[in-house]
Amino acid sequence: MMKVLVSVKRSVDYNVRIQVKPDGSGVVTEGVKHSMNPFDEIAMEEAVRLKEKGNVTEIIAVTVGGAKNEETLRSALAFGADRAVHVKEEGEIQPLNAAKALAAVFRKEGAQLFIAGKQAIDDDASQTGQMIASLLDLPQATFASKVEIDGNKAIVTREIDAGLETLEIDLPAVITADLRLNEPRYLKLPDIMKAKKKPVDVQSFASLDVTPGAGLKITKTAAPPKRSKGIVVKTVDELVAALKAKGLV
Amino acid sequence: MSKTLVIAEHADGKLSAAISKTVAAASQIGGEVHVAVFAVDGAAVAAQAAQIAGVTKVLTVNNAANNHALAATLAPQVVELAKGYSHVLFPGTTFGKDLAPRVAAKLDVQQISDIMHVHSATSFDRPIYAGNAICTVEAPASQLVIGTVRLASFQAAAGGNSAPVEAASVTASLPTHTRFVSLAAQKSERPELQSANRVVSGGRALASSENFKIIYDLADKLKAGVGASRAAVDSGYVPNDMQVGQTGKIIAPELYIAIGISGAIQHLAGIKDARTIVAINKDSEAPIFEVADFGIVGDLFTLVPELTGKV
Ligand SMILES: Cc1cc2nc3c(=O)[nH]c(=O)nc-3n(C[C@H](O)[C@H](O)[C@H](O)COP(=O)(O)OP(=O)(O)OC[C@H]3O[C@@H](n4cnc5c(N)ncnc54)[C@H](O)[C@@H]3O)c2cc1C
Ligand SMILES: Nc1ncnc2c1ncn2[C@@H]1O[C@H](COP(=O)(O)O)[C@@H](O)[C@H]1O
Repeated sequence: MMKVLVSVKRSVDYNVRIQVKPDGSGVVTEGVKHSMNPFDEIAMEEAVRLKEKGNVTEIIAVTVGGAKNEETLRSALAFGADRAVHVKEEGEIQPLNAAKALAAVFRKEGAQLFIAGKQAIDDDASQTGQMIASLLDLPQATFASKVEIDGNKAIVTREIDAGLETLEIDLPAVITADLRLNEPRYLKLPDIMKAKKKPVDVQSFASLDVTPGAGLKITKTAAPPKRSKGIVVKTVDELVAALKAKGLV
Repeated sequence: MSKTLVIAEHADGKLSAAISKTVAAASQIGGEVHVAVFAVDGAAVAAQAAQIAGVTKVLTVNNAANNHALAATLAPQVVELAKGYSHVLFPGTTFGKDLAPRVAAKLDVQQISDIMHVHSATSFDRPIYAGNAICTVEAPASQLVIGTVRLASFQAAAGGNSAPVEAASVTASLPTHTRFVSLAAQKSERPELQSANRVVSGGRALASSENFKIIYDLADKLKAGVGASRAAVDSGYVPNDMQVGQTGKIIAPELYIAIGISGAIQHLAGIKDARTIVAINKDSEAPIFEVADFGIVGDLFTLVPELTGKV
């Protein structure tokens, strides 16, 4: 009986061109396409593959966020999660508060494995998985590109700056998924239909005994300095001359 | 008065080049800057850290358990050493990204990832949405600040210092649930991607690892580091540690040459701070041309060898 928890975050779709609000209060998210954070799709896919291999018996998808996050949970259920937990809290959820709630769900469920994405592509924090591991005093293997379960251990290959590192960790443990862990499947219509009937348990910080911290205050959001469009040259000679003029070659 | 602890990254007795940049960010906070070296025997690494301008003290924490940089093993030691500091900074490398949140959660503080600008001891800029927006965050004044430093945003601090080195002892109990198995490192004679002055990158258009030779040839002529797009890495043309972008390496070379790379948002996130960008692509509509200082439209298989011959 091995239960795995997978965290899924609803974020602005990775193809959207982000617009900063003119008053500097944030980025425009209203009326913009949202999807499951791509790294969480990879985390979901890995959980499903572990179940297909017989390593895992139950997959529980968890999200922390407002009412709209339900659609992300439904995608996770269509991927193959057996059930879902929605920690319903409106407003911005900073990683430490998300981690506290996710750790509380993990503890409550008595799961053996937590798979998170390595990073949410909205806040680009890359913190939550490590924080869950820290709060639960569990081993962590971040930026995973290969996971093998071997009894009560996991052998995980990690993508680090120096190359590929392999760690052996005791279960229960937390793993964060990097891009090359797998290629998520396309959701099929029958699975999307079936997902509508799967159970979603609604929780809150209060029901989980989580006291969210105040965290960081975002005082301003600005667009990055714009790079000006350069020139297109016709020949390699022109390019070499231009680079020489700037002392670059 | 601020007092910042910088956590050193090192391997094989060599301090990572990332630490001079992390110290540069720490110096902008003001006050004292200490560097902590967790190692089996940190003497050699500490001696290198002591030379970095702005460092006021180097602490070594020697422990046989520190022979590999495991976050689960290092975190309890950093947590203990962090007492008495106002800030703890980590380099924005996979080492720092792995470790910092583990420390922050234990100390119950929200971490600031990828610090790109220091406004004050409590106010910092950081990128969100792959660098397509920059937000200014304010940390609560009364609490420890924990952050990782975006290396592309800071110039390395100079050398020539001789800060005192002291042994520190920590009594944290260390877990045994995480064990190092192996590291498959790419040995390369070429300049390291994150500190190289010039970088040449290839994309999906290279179509095979054999074809990547033309990228290497140009790089060698320019004494440049070599990078790649995600598509080139995923297709197996080059190893993963060469990926440039939102989820790969963020770089700031003087010269960046993107060859057969379309310029997806996630790739551009890694090169926003390059001084000069050159694009070689056969599609004049490719988004890379919107950010390139110099572009040339054509087939890379003829243009790149010609360029290699002429620089
Ligand atoms: C969550 C997430 C994170 C990501 N992170 C990263 C990241 O960190 N880094 C990254 O790079 N990508 C990342 N990506 C992927 C990114 O979206 C693009 O898919 C990828 O960058 C495309 O790589 P490419 O430009 O090599 O390939 P393509 O987009 O296929 O572009 C190939 C280009 O080569 C040109 N070309 C073809 N043949 C020739 C020729 N003979 N001569 C000249 N030009 C030619 C084509 O015109 C085209 O522009 C990420 C994606 C997601 C969803
Ligand atoms: N509010 C949230 N709800 C569910 N999962 C989350 C949430 N925030 C973060 N996560 C998970 O943590 C990973 C890393 O997020 P971050 O630390 O914000 O970059 C994401 O890929 C998710 O798997």
